[in-house]
Amino acid sequence: MIKIEKRNDVPMALYFFTPFIAIILTILGGGIIFYILGFNPIEALKFYFITPISNLYGFSELLLKATPLCLIAIGLSFCFKSNNWNIGAEGQLTFGAIVGGGVALLFYNQEGFYILPLVILAGAIGGMIFALIPAVLKTYFNTNEILVSLMLVYVSKLLLDYLVVGPWSNPEGFNFPETRQFSDSSRMPLLFEGLRIHAGIFLALAAVMLSWFILYKTYLGFQIKVSGLSLKTAKYAGFKGKTMILVVFMISGACAGLAGVGEITGPIGQLHRMISPDYGFTAIIVAFLGRLNPFGIIFASLVVALTYLGAETAQIFLQIPKYTGQVFQGMILFFLLASDYLLFFKVKILSLKKNELRH
Amino acid sequence: MSLDISFIGILIGSIMASSVPLILAASGELITERSGVLNLGVEGMMIIGAISGFALMVITDNLFIAIVGSMLSGVIISLIFGFLTQSLLTNHVATGLALTIFGIGLSAMLGKNFVGIPGKEFPILFSSLKESIPFFGPILFGHSIVLYFAFALPFLTNYFLKKTKLGLVVRAVGDSPVSASNQGINVILVRYCCILYGGAMCGLAGAYLSLIYTPQWIENMTAGRGWIALALVVFATWSPIKVLIGALIFGGITILQLHMQAIGFRIPVQFLSALPYLMTIIVLVVISRDSRKIKLNTPTSLGRIFYKEK
Repeated sequence: MIKIEKRNDVPMALYFFTPFIAIILTILGGGIIFYILGFNPIEALKFYFITPISNLYGFSELLLKATPLCLIAIGLSFCFKSNNWNIGAEGQLTFGAIVGGGVALLFYNQEGFYILPLVILAGAIGGMIFALIPAVLKTYFNTNEILVSLMLVYVSKLLLDYLVVGPWSNPEGFNFPETRQFSDSSRMPLLFEGLRIHAGIFLALAAVMLSWFILYKTYLGFQIKVSGLSLKTAKYAGFKGKTMILVVFMISGACAGLAGVGEITGPIGQLHRMISPDYGFTAIIVAFLGRLNPFGIIFASLVVALTYLGAETAQIFLQIPKYTGQVFQGMILFFLLASDYLLFFKVKILSLKKNELRH
Repeated sequence: MSLDISFIGILIGSIMASSVPLILAASGELITERSGVLNLGVEGMMIIGAISGFALMVITDNLFIAIVGSMLSGVIISLIFGFLTQSLLTNHVATGLALTIFGIGLSAMLGKNFVGIPGKEFPILFSSLKESIPFFGPILFGHSIVLYFAFALPFLTNYFLKKTKLGLVVRAVGDSPVSASNQGINVILVRYCCILYGGAMCGLAGAYLSLIYTPQWIENMTAGRGWIALALVVFATWSPIKVLIGALIFGGITILQLHMQAIGFRIPVQFLSALPYLMTIIVLVVISRDSRKIKLNTPTSLGRIFYKEK
C-alpha cells in the first residue's frame, strides 16, 4: 500500500539529490528509445555516454561545449530566481556574437593585445542590449517576456543571416554565407596545443564565482531571491521591482552575449549561420538541472554537454540522427520536474502487515 | 502584377490558408488556458503532429488516417504535459518548454527517413466553383476540409464556452478552481481533458502544414508558428472570435512578405521574413499596455498549480 503525505518543508539534501535521479531515469529512458529504434541499448548508451569522453581530446570537447552552456545558465539563474522567464538566451547569444563579431571584423587585418578584450566587451554589451528589449517592454508595457524574448530569437537569427550573406560576407569567399576569418588577435587563446579548449572557460568560471558572490553576499542577490519567493513581500519591503527586472535581464543577456563571443572567437573564428546548436535553449535545462545554484550549474553543464557529444558520436557510429541530443535534453527536464514531486510529497510504502496491525 | 479584383480574391484565399495552423493551434490552446493551464509546448505538439501526419500518409497512403493520427499523436504528447503538471504538480512554464525541446528533437529523429519524400495532393472541395466565380470563388471554394473546419472552430469554441454547461465548467475551473472543486467538479479531470484537446488541435495544425500547406516534411517546419499561436491567445484576450481576426492578420503579414519577396521588393529577404515576429512583439505591446484589460480577461488561475488535499 502506498501512502502520500505532504511535506512541511523541503529537505535540502533531497533538493540536490533529485537531479541525479533525473539523470538516471533519462539514461534508462534513452535505453528504451534505443531499443525501440532497434539498437542494442547497452552498446548504444556506451557510445552515447562513455565513448565521447574516453580520451583527452573528448574530454576537452566536453569542456568546450560546457563553457557556453554554463555561462548562459549562470545568467539565466538570475532571471529564473526572480521569476523572470527569459527564454530568448539564444537570441541574446546571437546578437552578442553579431556585435562582437562586427568589432572583430573591424580589426580583421590588424593585430594587437587590445582587440580581444574589445571584442569580448562588445559581445557582452550586445547581449545585454538585446535582453533589455523584453525587460523594458515587460516593465513599462506589461508585455509577456516569454513571448517577446522568444520572438527576438528568430529576429536575431535572420539578422545574422542577412549580415553573413549580404554586407559582411567575405569578399574573397566565393559567395559562401560567411564573413572573413578573424585575425589572430581576435581569437581566444588555446589552453593546450592540439585541443580546442580555449580561455573562454575562465570567463565561465569567473561568472560562476561572481554570481555566487552576488546571489549570496549582496543586497541585490537578497532582493532577487525574495522577489522570486514572493512578489508581495518584495513590494512590501520596498524593493524597486522595475530596476531589478532590468538588472537581471542585463546580467542574463551579458552572459549569453559572452557565450556567443566565446564561440565565434574560440572554435569558429568567423561569423556564419550556424554559430550555436541551440545552446541558448539547452542552457534553460542546465539552469534547472543545476538547481539555479552556481556550482550546481557547473555540474549540470557538463552533464548536458555530454548529451551533445554523445549525439555526435552516436551519429557517427550508429547513424542515429544527432537530434537524439534534444530528445535526451527534453527527457532530463521532464524527469527533473517529475522527481520534484518527491520534494513536496512523502511517498510511504506501507507493508500490509503494518496495516493489519493498525486495524 | 495586376491588382484586379480576381487577384485580390486569390490573395485573400491564400491569406486564409496561411492562417489555418494559427487558428487551430490558438483555439486549442485557448481552451487549455481557459481551464487555467498554460501549456508552452504548442510548438512541440505542432511539430509532432506534422511529422506523424506526414509519416502516416507515406506509410498508409490514407489521408484520413494521417489526419486522425496526427491529432492522436498530439493527444499522446500532451498527455506527458498533463501528467506532469496535473498529477505531479510541476511548473507549467518549465514543463511546456521541455515539451517543445523534446518534441522538436523527437520529430527530427522520427522524420529522418521522410526528408525529401514528395507529399500527396490533398483533396480540395468545390474546385469547379473556385474557377467559375470571380473574386468570391477563390475565397469561399477550393479549400481543404481542414480549412473549413478551422474557420468554423472559433465560432464553435465561442458557443462552447458561453452557451454550454461544459463550457461553464471549464471557465469555472480556470477562474476559481477552489470553488469549482467545492461544487463537486473534478478540477484535475477537466484540466486533463482541456490539455488533451489542446494537444489534438495542435497536432492537427502541424498536420495541416505537412500535408496540405506545404506537403512535405522539413525539420523544424513549424518555424515558430506555435509561439505565434501562443501570442495570439494573449492578443485575443482569451476570446475565440478575436483569435480568428488575429490569425488572419498574421496570415496576411506572412503572405504580404512572400509577395514582396516575389516581386523583388528592395528590402532584404531576411527583414521581410522577420516581419511576422516583429509584428507579434508590437501587437503584444499594444495589447498589454492596458494591464487592467488583460487582467480582466486572463483566466484567474492561469499557470497556477492546483492541489487538493485528500
